[in-house]
Amino acid sequence: MQRVTVQHGPFDPGAILSAFTGLADGAGAVVSFSGITRDLAAHDLVAMEIEHYPGMTEAALEDIRSRAIARFDLIDALVLHRYGRLAPGDPIMMVATAARHRAAAFKGAEFLMDYLKSRAPFWKKEITATGAAWVAAKDDDEAALTRW
Amino acid sequence: MKIEIRYFAWVRERVGAASETLETEAATIADLIAELSALSEGHRHAFSDPEAIRAALDQTLVDMDAPIAGAHEVAFFPPMTGG
Repeated sequence: MQRVTVQHGPFDPGAILSAFTGLADGAGAVVSFSGITRDLAAHDLVAMEIEHYPGMTEAALEDIRSRAIARFDLIDALVLHRYGRLAPGDPIMMVATAARHRAAAFKGAEFLMDYLKSRAPFWKKEITATGAAWVAAKDDDEAALTRW
Repeated sequence: MKIEIRYFAWVRERVGAASETLETEAATIADLIAELSALSEGHRHAFSDPEAIRAALDQTLVDMDAPIAGAHEVAFFPPMTGG
């Protein structure tokens, strides 16, 4: 199965997690995280539009995945992120990690998420009934990288 | 040298184009930003807050003092908000 995926269309987090787990030979722990489209600043979200930088996005995700595997000695790792127009409640992205022990699997998933938020070229725009606005990056997201 | 410039998110919207080709002698990303800022009111607006701009050279994130000699593609965009 593909370990780095950038796609517009929907995905089934449960099915992907099952397939990923089935391939993780020797793993004693699998951790996954799914992000769901939700209202951020706005409370009348109609849609979320996600722009990305084709080519750089895939390269950045491959790099983040490789670093997570090397750093936490993961057996496997998976990153999937959608782009385009998404509706509230839609799964937007997921990461999954497989390791011998749970600490590495949890840490690897957190590392993937922290780097994905600040180093993969995606930009979210909230569309509401009254207009559209780009989501601002949080200082916390950049600060989160310092712990690694 | 001739270089392909790409813009994303609100940088793209303010510039009013997703890409353009520029003939430039700029030595670094910062030099290139100064040159681009003078092109139009939209460019000036896009680059008015340097702290809010990130740059990639041939699809790799770089700092503002990175030399651009030999690059094919430079991209400018806001801080990323994936996840």
